Amino acid sequence: MRKEVWIPCLLIAVSVLFVGVMLVLPLVVVLTEAFSSGLNAFLRAVTDPYTIKAMRLTLTATVAAVLINTLFGLTAAWAVTRFSFRGKGILSTLIDIPFAVSPVIAGLVFILIFGRISPLHPFLDALDIKIVFAEPGIILATVFVTFPFVARELIPMLEARGTDEEQAAALMGAGFVTIFRRVTFPHIRWALLYSVILCAARAIGEFGAVSVVSGHLRGKTNTLPLHVEILYSEYQFTAAFAVSAILAAAAVLILTARNIVEHLAHKEDDFNVR
Amino acid sequence: MKTTTMLRDWAQWASVLLAVLLAVLLPVSFAGFSVPAALAAPTELTNVSYDPTRELYEQYNAAFRKFWKNKTGADITIVQSHGGSGKQARAVIEGNQADVVTLALAYDISAIAKAGLIKKSWQKDFPSNSSPYTSTIVFLVRKGNPKNLKTWGDLAKDGVGVITPNPKTSGGARWNYLAAWAWAHREYKGDEKAVLDFIGKLFRNVLVLDTGARGSTNTFVRNGQGDVLLAWENEAYLAIAEHKNDFEIVTPDLSILAEPPVAVVDAVVDKRGSREIAKAYLDYLYSDEGQRLAGKNHYRPSNPKIAAEFAAVFDLKVKLITIDDPLFGGWEKAQTRHFTDGGIFDKIYTR
Repeated sequence: MRKEVWIPCLLIAVSVLFVGVMLVLPLVVVLTEAFSSGLNAFLRAVTDPYTIKAMRLTLTATVAAVLINTLFGLTAAWAVTRFSFRGKGILSTLIDIPFAVSPVIAGLVFILIFGRISPLHPFLDALDIKIVFAEPGIILATVFVTFPFVARELIPMLEARGTDEEQAAALMGAGFVTIFRRVTFPHIRWALLYSVILCAARAIGEFGAVSVVSGHLRGKTNTLPLHVEILYSEYQFTAAFAVSAILAAAAVLILTARNIVEHLAHKEDDFNVR
Repeated sequence: MKTTTMLRDWAQWASVLLAVLLAVLLPVSFAGFSVPAALAAPTELTNVSYDPTRELYEQYNAAFRKFWKNKTGADITIVQSHGGSGKQARAVIEGNQADVVTLALAYDISAIAKAGLIKKSWQKDFPSNSSPYTSTIVFLVRKGNPKNLKTWGDLAKDGVGVITPNPKTSGGARWNYLAAWAWAHREYKGDEKAVLDFIGKLFRNVLVLDTGARGSTNTFVRNGQGDVLLAWENEAYLAIAEHKNDFEIVTPDLSILAEPPVAVVDAVVDKRGSREIAKAYLDYLYSDEGQRLAGKNHYRPSNPKIAAEFAAVFDLKVKLITIDDPLFGGWEKAQTRHFTDGGIFDKIYTR
């Protein structure tokens, strides 16, 4: 009997140690390095025009990814769970591709499709459309890697709910818009918000796919994570860690938002049950 | 009944398609807005360069902006991109729109020329083989040179930890390898087997094989790995400037003359109408100011008069062998013989 006291203690110790070494320690290192040359050096790095441009690009790509993937995720989740059609299995498998494919390969694929060596290139060139090595490529790559988040979160949710309520509403004469607004959406809104937050977190931190399509044009196609790498390569360690601290702060904010959403969702569920 | 389900089937597929289309087209429409602004006037110049030139071009761009403003009254922006030389060339071939390229190797610019973006005779467009500055490979060792590393031969001894990037991916690393080869060729009087043996030993002493020059410098300087870093002279001086008391430079008695070349990317400047400014940008590298900036950033100026001003910094007496020496026969030949898949490097490194 007494022995069993040790098991939870051991498990807790291992988890705490692991979290400490893998998560807390790096965060502490980032912050100490960021402020190692004083607050002024930190502020200079954070307000550098290239940093601000990188921040703006990361923000643009994140907003675009969230908007596009929310739209797509809702459509896909709705289609997959509410209707049966040919190829449904394939569609729901395809949604997962970005989770399975390495982001680097995704980037290379975009270069092959939209780059100068692509058969599409003469057409794009004639229209003066630049995709890879320009902002659209960054957005495209970010959308690609964050593609499954919304759909994957909503599909199990909608499946568990079943279609009874929607069918009842339809029988009573409600149209598509009314059903979505009054029946489906209220059930999924927390899950949707939750998935949007995860999607944003992933979009802000994306490195691999974006690195391949960026071309590293300073002040034009550098996102924050790419900018960190550049600063590090330029021996600007303090600046590199200062910009990393921005990313870390964004991560902490996102985690907080996630916890609040989770908390609110639980509260609402309890209320519904009562 | 059947027709209505089929109809609904189609409607559903159409909505799925619409979602996918939207996902693709939205970012594309962004392109429509962003491009014309860049095209409006060639007040922007993109210089795609390689890793170790970051500091040089940061200073040079400021100098050139001032020169151009005085000359024409126009303000220009210069967009810089840095990375491994081969990777950067690849990006230009794949559509990264560089007005000028300033890379580590003639081989990399020739690759862009082969893709049809630069005319074949590019290397005759600017003086000194289109290389406004040169460099060589030196040893960066820890302060006091505790392992007493003086010549290439010392690097192959047991217990010496060598740091160099991978010759398969890094331009700089190829120079390291070829400089070692040239030394061994002289040392063993052309005995190929002994040379191979030496290079094999040297590369078995390599602790970390990074993909690029800057990565290797960080491994050696920042992470404290190894006893000696094979580095560009300018990289070595930069590391010393950062950490004055930790390192010193050893210039071996024989090394290789690296001529990092520059070129105007014809296809891009013709499309953007930026040829004049692109040419002026590269020309100015040969001006006294450009040459001095190169020297200050530890590149050897190609103009001997300016180079002499830096005699206290560079060991100008080191014997430098060029890539066009019959031993190597130019980049194309050296590349195929040593670095392509299945070449000599692959054989000695897997052994």
